[in-house]
Amino acid sequence: MNEHRSEPSTVSEPVGASEQPAAVELAEVDKRFGDVVALSGIDLTLDDGEFVALIGPSGCGKSTLLRVVADLEAPSAGVVHVGGKTARQARLDQDYGIAFQQAGLLEWRTVAENVELPLQVHGVGKTQRRARAAELLELVGLADFAGSRPGQLSGGMQQRVAIARALAARPKLLLMDEPFGALDEMTRERMQAELLRIAGETGAAVLFVTHSIPEAVVLSDRVAVMTPRPGRIVEVVAGRRPGRGGELEPEDVEDVRETASFFAAVTAVREALRKGHP
Amino acid sequence: MTARAARIAPVALGILVLVAWQLLVVAASVPAFLLPAPTAIAEQVAAQFTVILSTAAVTGGNALVGLVAGFLIGVVLAILAASSRLVAELTTPVVLAASAIPIVALAPVFTTMFGSTTEIPRRLVVTVVVVVPVFVSAARGLRAVAPVHSELMTSLAATPWQRARFVRLPGAVPSVMTGLRLAAPAAVIASIVAEYFGGLQNGLGSRISSAAANTAYARAWAFVVASIVLGLLFHLAGTLVERLATRGRPART
Repeated sequence: MNEHRSEPSTVSEPVGASEQPAAVELAEVDKRFGDVVALSGIDLTLDDGEFVALIGPSGCGKSTLLRVVADLEAPSAGVVHVGGKTARQARLDQDYGIAFQQAGLLEWRTVAENVELPLQVHGVGKTQRRARAAELLELVGLADFAGSRPGQLSGGMQQRVAIARALAARPKLLLMDEPFGALDEMTRERMQAELLRIAGETGAAVLFVTHSIPEAVVLSDRVAVMTPRPGRIVEVVAGRRPGRGGELEPEDVEDVRETASFFAAVTAVREALRKGHP
Repeated sequence: MTARAARIAPVALGILVLVAWQLLVVAASVPAFLLPAPTAIAEQVAAQFTVILSTAAVTGGNALVGLVAGFLIGVVLAILAASSRLVAELTTPVVLAASAIPIVALAPVFTTMFGSTTEIPRRLVVTVVVVVPVFVSAARGLRAVAPVHSELMTSLAATPWQRARFVRLPGAVPSVMTGLRLAAPAAVIASIVAEYFGGLQNGLGSRISSAAANTAYARAWAFVVASIVLGLLFHLAGTLVERLATRGRPART
């Protein structure tokens, strides 16, 4: 696999200082599937540019919560706002980009055409699309693979294409549902560093579903710990995201993993998870 | 090495069968009306070569016209069926019932309907035979949209037409092409068999039946050989088109 790292060239703009509405605002959100209560009383706010991880055991409703934000599921009760709009309006306006556990690339399109898809759906002209795809493939380090088919790429590379696609329309919000779940540990750690760099450069807020505690801690500003039956947020633990609002060196992410505060946060998340799972 | 062996093996087997056939016919002096020798058939192929070419062109032309028409009808019906429940419920049983129609039953009817001086009856028979496999496999491909693709298009707020254009239709191409590959040799068979039931005497099928009726068995076999070659050509062409249309996609099983 050809890994070429582009250095963090642009300085990300300072975040959080503006008067903009919250990237995501959830108040008293419930979701029931028949008699099953999937989500109960969810309150969560993501600030502009903030990285929040949702962590919990299988069946705790973390993916459902992400899908409610994405307007792929309607909440049974409560209020969901994305960038100050209703979730539905935000989806129609393509205000968020989404990446799933499977890359979900269209195998009959080239890598560049896959990245262009969101722009094509929204009627952006061909020249502009091409330019944006080239820019994004540069960002995820796959500029050399623009003309390749997804089938020729490794799983990690496909997932980076999916992330580039999610970023195509310059969303202020990235929704990610275990995007690195199927990757091996080495690729996964490299992808985490890349994601943090991209989030910093684009200034996008990220809602990130995972069931890996170290991943949640190293990536996020805050870790929302969820427990199942009914799915609730039991605790919000401060994450150890490095380099927010400043320059992020690739080693920064490595360094975080070796600090005492990282282990402390991992322990805190673990204990919060255990509380919900006696 | 093994790949080459895999190529050579069937050719070797074919030659072996021909030699055994020849030996059997000569040694046991099998009468020609029962089984002519391969050499006798080869002589007839050489003697009738120009006739074989022109009749194969007629039969192949009918098969091609019917194949294209049936393919288009099958794909359009499948798209309509995929886009509307009502159309699906109306067309699916009719098309499947069409698969139960023996072409033997259709050929004389069409010949009577359209007269015995046109190619239309044969082409219609081929069309009916082709529509079914194309419709069935195209409909299957159009229904099979990966959930992740469907969710992606929802998240992008894509219109129904955009879903069809970007996901459903391109995603169905491999299945549609599989239908075409299966239908191609069947088109040749239908074209030949349709000629057995009267009409113009200008194709391979009519030559086979008239040669057999005139006890010219080696000549009948020569036209059978030409039919086999024509069927193989259609099969290869179908396979080639399928390969070309699905280039760059992961292999499907």
